[in-house]
Amino acid sequence: MILSGWGRFPRQDCRVTRPRGEAGLKDLVAAGGLIARGNGRAYGDSALSRRNTVDMRGFNRLLAFDPESGRLTAEAGVLLQDVISVFLPRGWFPAVTPGTKYVTLGGMIAADVHGKNHHKDGSFGAFVDWIDVMGRDGEVRRCSRDREAELFGWTLGGMGLTGVILRAAFRLRPVDSAWIRQTAIPTANLAETMKCFSDHRTATYAVAWVDCLAGGGGLGRSLVLLGEHARREELPAKKRQAPYAVPARRRLSLPFEVPDFLLNSLTLRAFNTFYYHRGRQGAGERLVDWDSFFYPLDSLLGWNRIYGRRGFAQFQCVLPLERSQAGLSALLEATSRAGRGSFLAVLKRLGRQESRISFPMEGYTLALDFPISPGAQRLLAELDRIAIDHGGRFYLAKDGRMPAQTLHRADPRAEIFRARREGLGLAEVFASAQSERLRL
Amino acid sequence: MTAEPVLIIGGRSDIGRAVAHRFAAAGHPIQLAARGAAGLAPDKADIELRHDVAVTLHELDVLAPESFDGFIDGLGDLPGVAICAVGVLGEQAVCERDHGAAALVMRSNYEGPAAILAALANRFEARGSGALVGISSVAGERGRAANYIYGSAKAGFTAFLSGLRNRLARKGVHVVTVLPGFVATRMTDGMDLPKRLTATPEAVATAVEAALRRRRDVVYVKPVWALVMMAIRTIPEGIFKGMRI
Ligand SMILES: Cc1cc2nc3c(=O)[nH]c(=O)nc-3n(C[C@H](O)[C@H](O)[C@H](O)COP(=O)(O)OP(=O)(O)OC[C@H]3O[C@@H](n4cnc5c(N)ncnc54)[C@H](O)[C@@H]3O)c2cc1C
Repeated sequence: MILSGWGRFPRQDCRVTRPRGEAGLKDLVAAGGLIARGNGRAYGDSALSRRNTVDMRGFNRLLAFDPESGRLTAEAGVLLQDVISVFLPRGWFPAVTPGTKYVTLGGMIAADVHGKNHHKDGSFGAFVDWIDVMGRDGEVRRCSRDREAELFGWTLGGMGLTGVILRAAFRLRPVDSAWIRQTAIPTANLAETMKCFSDHRTATYAVAWVDCLAGGGGLGRSLVLLGEHARREELPAKKRQAPYAVPARRRLSLPFEVPDFLLNSLTLRAFNTFYYHRGRQGAGERLVDWDSFFYPLDSLLGWNRIYGRRGFAQFQCVLPLERSQAGLSALLEATSRAGRGSFLAVLKRLGRQESRISFPMEGYTLALDFPISPGAQRLLAELDRIAIDHGGRFYLAKDGRMPAQTLHRADPRAEIFRARREGLGLAEVFASAQSERLRL
Repeated sequence: MTAEPVLIIGGRSDIGRAVAHRFAAAGHPIQLAARGAAGLAPDKADIELRHDVAVTLHELDVLAPESFDGFIDGLGDLPGVAICAVGVLGEQAVCERDHGAAALVMRSNYEGPAAILAALANRFEARGSGALVGISSVAGERGRAANYIYGSAKAGFTAFLSGLRNRLARKGVHVVTVLPGFVATRMTDGMDLPKRLTATPEAVATAVEAALRRRRDVVYVKPVWALVMMAIRTIPEGIFKGMRI
């Protein structure tokens, strides 16, 4: 069937199966050329394989929960949304979450996702105690920091290329309510935006929406959002009665593709300006519910269609701290000069992280998306270059188009990963369109 | 009747699982019965964690009637509702040549489900309350060349449920016949099913729940099937045999 990632580019005709149990999965591993697929929220071709794409969503059982430590054991196909709906009413929330709740645990581990609290808490992997991985021989190994540590290390962030994750045990965080105390701070330019991040280093959550069409003196002007889990006594009396209840959000869905002519720089400019000014008006502190704070886009189901038939590419890199300001302004300048700003430009400060292949490192990460077009491809190549020049590296979960040499120049770990996979005979068994394109 | 346990026979099937989740979400303790019940431990954990109800596992082979009394006694509490989701599709072409295979399809879709519901019916009758739900199939409404072994067994099961319903009507026991058309399950994996005629296991669960609540006797999971089957039933046999349906 024709399959793609969330960006709807590239699309490929893939053979997809949905095994029900371990025995069925084992047969699929034996056939080779396999890539596990979660809920398809990676943007590009990370979860596509022409020969053998394995839909893991049938493995979706919660297995155990320890209310003392908040440790949940669950199968890899469980959706984050289900974890929240079951455990938030009991006072627990994911310790780390990406910007959508429609991801599976397996996908979160394979991409070692980061949230708005990476600067404080690290990536999702930091909360994973162990995982069960089915290897090339069909055997399932439990691995952790002390047991099969190497397999554990390469699997976090390994994009499904070391085996199939079957189960995981990970810790949730206790929360007192379903509400977030949000502070919105508009900034006038990049220097202010970055100062705002460092002034608020102790905030639990921090993210900036960048108006990436503003150039000149306004380059990097943003709306910085900070958040803290609200304690019960911080809630107004009415909410205190039922601290985990929030009003249901209306879900809109986009049932069709937006025609290309609506997607010109004018509409983008209008959107960005509107977003920025609306945010300015809402500046200050207020209580927002968890769903609106963490998953603002999820209320618009199918928003990926907004980019039209050709789909879109996301660009996300992280730049080391000391070179972030120069790098970010070069990236934003190139974007604003090209007049191809994206609807979404998200900037986050990441904290330190040592890992074998996961994306995060201490510095700033910027994510932009662009509808696919020849002009966008040229701009993306330029952005790649700028990121590399500033010591940056790229996020595989967002990539669907980089050339192999770009990745290998940016990230020397990629070659080590490739050699490891080769040496352990993993390369022929586990492969995605992305791993083939990027020579992983 | 909120706290009464609900027994799911065929607890490993996709429909059985969906029905279990549905009733657990409404606060019912769940009794899951299947062959190799110990293998359902992850499902037990999943239902307990998600819905905060007790789940018990019970070994049962519906083709072993001598075990039924022990099985029912072992349930602890006699369930308020028992739902039988046991069935196998088999392969028509194989069944046409291999009597053993055909017999297994016939026994698994008719003899076994009917026998276990019969045993439960007697206990429910003695108590004077309860509901029995059989998941049959529209395939039992008319024999088709493509699947008449399966269809004939489902026809038997449908007739059995209808008779049982009439016998128990004045004894306080309600019998429901559920007629799914195509359902996207493990049984039909890899088949090319018409989207508009295909239900999900969750839709079957919703139909079961609604049928019990409204005390309906016979329900189609997708209403369109009532029309389709009415048409198919009324085609004269002389014409039907020349058709490829
Ligand atoms: C709106 C939106 C916002 C996002 N925000 C963030 C963010 O803030 N931070 C962030 O880090 N990411 C973010 N992402 C990216 C997303 O978190 C990752 O792409 C995640 O991996 C998607 O999970 P999935 O279950 O959909 O996996 P898929 O997209 O199906 O697969 C992603 C990768 O995981 C692998 N995989 C999936 N399941 C398994 C398994 N069982 N065993 C082995 N490998 C497996 C696949 O092989 C593939 O390489 C965002 C994505 C979207 C669409």
